[in-house]
Amino acid sequence: MSTSAAYQGHAEHVGYGHGHVPGFFRRWFCSTNHKDIGTLYLTFSVFGGFVAGTLSLLMRWQLIVPDHHTFIANGQTWNSVITAHGLLMIFFTVMPGLIGGFGNWFVPLMIGAPDMAFPRLNNISFWLLPFAFCLIMLGLFVPPGAGVGWTLYPPLSEATYQPGLPMDFTLFALHLAGISSLLGAINFITTIFNMRAPGMTLHKMPLFVWSILVTAFLLLLSIPVLAGAITMLITDRLFGTAFFNPVGGGDPVLWQHLFWFFGHPEVYIMILPAFGIVSHVISTFSRKPIFGYIGMVYAMVAIGVIAFAVWAHHMFISGISVDTRAYFMAATLVIAVPTGVKVFSWIATMWGGSIEMKTPMLFAVGFIFLFVIGGVTGVVLANASIDQVLHNTYYVVAHFHYVLSLGSVFGLFAGFYYWIGKMSGRQYPEFWGKLHFWVMFVGVNLTFFPMHFLGLAGMPRRYPDYPDAFAGWNFVASCGAFISGASLIIFLYVVYRIFTSHEAVADNYWGEGATTLEWAVSSPPPFHTFEELPRVS
Amino acid sequence: MSSETHEGPLYTSSGLKQPYHLVDPSPWPIVGALFGALTLVGIIMVGNFDNYTLLIIGVLGVLFVMLMWWRDVLRESRVPAMHTPIVRLGLRYGMLFFITSEVMFFVAFFWAFFNFALFPEHVSFATIAQWPPVGIHTDDPFSVPFLLTMILLLSGTTVTWAHHCLLEKDQKGLVSGLGLTVFLGICFTLGQLYEYTHSPFPFHGGIYPSVFFLATGFHGFHVIVGTCFLAVCFFRARAGQFSPERHFGFEAAAWYWHFVDVVWLFLFTCVYLWGASAVTVG
Repeated sequence: MSTSAAYQGHAEHVGYGHGHVPGFFRRWFCSTNHKDIGTLYLTFSVFGGFVAGTLSLLMRWQLIVPDHHTFIANGQTWNSVITAHGLLMIFFTVMPGLIGGFGNWFVPLMIGAPDMAFPRLNNISFWLLPFAFCLIMLGLFVPPGAGVGWTLYPPLSEATYQPGLPMDFTLFALHLAGISSLLGAINFITTIFNMRAPGMTLHKMPLFVWSILVTAFLLLLSIPVLAGAITMLITDRLFGTAFFNPVGGGDPVLWQHLFWFFGHPEVYIMILPAFGIVSHVISTFSRKPIFGYIGMVYAMVAIGVIAFAVWAHHMFISGISVDTRAYFMAATLVIAVPTGVKVFSWIATMWGGSIEMKTPMLFAVGFIFLFVIGGVTGVVLANASIDQVLHNTYYVVAHFHYVLSLGSVFGLFAGFYYWIGKMSGRQYPEFWGKLHFWVMFVGVNLTFFPMHFLGLAGMPRRYPDYPDAFAGWNFVASCGAFISGASLIIFLYVVYRIFTSHEAVADNYWGEGATTLEWAVSSPPPFHTFEELPRVS
Repeated sequence: MSSETHEGPLYTSSGLKQPYHLVDPSPWPIVGALFGALTLVGIIMVGNFDNYTLLIIGVLGVLFVMLMWWRDVLRESRVPAMHTPIVRLGLRYGMLFFITSEVMFFVAFFWAFFNFALFPEHVSFATIAQWPPVGIHTDDPFSVPFLLTMILLLSGTTVTWAHHCLLEKDQKGLVSGLGLTVFLGICFTLGQLYEYTHSPFPFHGGIYPSVFFLATGFHGFHVIVGTCFLAVCFFRARAGQFSPERHFGFEAAAWYWHFVDVVWLFLFTCVYLWGASAVTVG
């Protein structure tokens, strides 16, 4: 029987019960529609990414040659740019894109729900972000800037060393972004638990939905701890408490514990949804169901659980005891097991499949390659003794950019190319998509691979200058950064081509490899989907 | 392709009309986000310039949005087929996870407490590794703190009494039970006010008061929020808006109140009792 006709409708026939699609202001500013809010998130994520990306290009311009005197050569200014770059990439690019954008769009579609559980809450989750973004910008531009790095370590972030308003703005921006993520997490968990279509048991749920579920639990349990820590730092700065201020008896290392108890789950928050997207893309373009579905699910759950038990591997040189370091090293190495399960399952999915190297697949395979490199350097850094040497060097910068800048961001682009036809009803131009991939792939590798060498040679992170000995690889890295920047111009052209295209796409334009529910509705889906619930058999 | 390689689920129509609540567009989220941001900037203004204007505007705005938003929710709850059983289940999930996140917020403050109480050598510049630090004399845990414990525990029983009356359709008992709970909540806040104003150590007295006042202070804030929540339920109960089958608002308030209660029990046993100084005051 026709699988989709029964619950498809056309946008013009489906409105808000007593009317049509709301007018512009009500639709985009007062939205309670998961697809519209997803679109807002995605747009915001692209915007955030361009601002944060511009900051990285500025930084690579500063570092292109030694003793370079650009307008960010001042140490405090440099640190402010680093802080804003990190926070913008994490809270205003990757998270809104992967969780807010694709999560909002596709979790309800994939589970056959007509919307999210709490549509108004969904909207405030989004609208807190632009205000938080403004506060981050104030933290960057109000002199002297919040120059502490995204980890906000005291005593550097205390009032003595970061006096005045900008640091306060940055901290409160994180409060707002945190509330946004927290409300979003509650919304996603409730939606996934409560609104699955008849027949969709947890073990039939698409992997992207699973990835968002695990991510949402990580957010739910980690963000409030960050909120507590930020609150203590704010009261230290503004109201005279002494949590992290040694002068009053406080303990700066306490901040590191609280921060990384949030911070380590946070890095999985950024990568898990990308895992989910990549699983779908690999399966679709190999024309095979994902290999080891149950194993994939519990690998993500395991990664989520272990995420809360490894935080002090970020603190190996903070003076924690040898026994503590031994435990956190062992626990950290355990993560390699579920991660390995995922990587090998992706490869096994491709094995023997009829693989089609369309742009989303290129990004997904690129993701696996780059994520494995980042993962392997992670295993190196997890060794407490090796970390004595590598901590705070460019080796660490290379490691986390391979998993995030290259991993999460490639996941974002894989999702974009995979779903843009579904979301917009127009297809991207294949040639330009592939060109975007290859230019970006070359660019990011040129940028970040040499940083391994710089780190091993002892170049410390977070300085606007370096000895002449490091000049060669820094020049290569900067060139790579500009090539990556150029790839984003290509991406903008792709977006332009999509929105000026007049070619409509079919419901399931990827063919039989794409089996999840979003492919059973029209492209773009009607304003309200699943007025009548689908059944999963 | 053969079905061997395509085991993905097949989708058919269930023939069921969707039972969820598709909410109309609402202005409150964006307005709430704006006032929320203003409130936070207001705190910066207070901390840096002692200027309360923005904070007051922000807080009033947030309160206004909360009022309007929840008024909408309550109105929708009375429209047939909006708050269906599965929507009410969703609301329960939502409250449960919200409380979970609140627990994790308090984890941060307990973490700070145990970081210093279990490892007093973490207190910078401490000449003797002891907790509370030298010079800090704490209140006798069996003076005001124990009274507060009794008040909160009693309020836990009165709210349960109200719940049972609600299930037994005893309207009068429900209102009295809720009224007493709200009264006890106010008593707790007043008791804490007394405790703070008679504190043997000042707020700006280093690490001990920092941990003590923020941990108990955030708990106190949650008591006030819970009291307001119960007060709303009190008036809704008087208006006869709860039935034995449908009383999610009451249920959520009761859950929240028990959560506040449990946090206090941990504060009392850990901070007040176990963490008391050798010589106590009062």
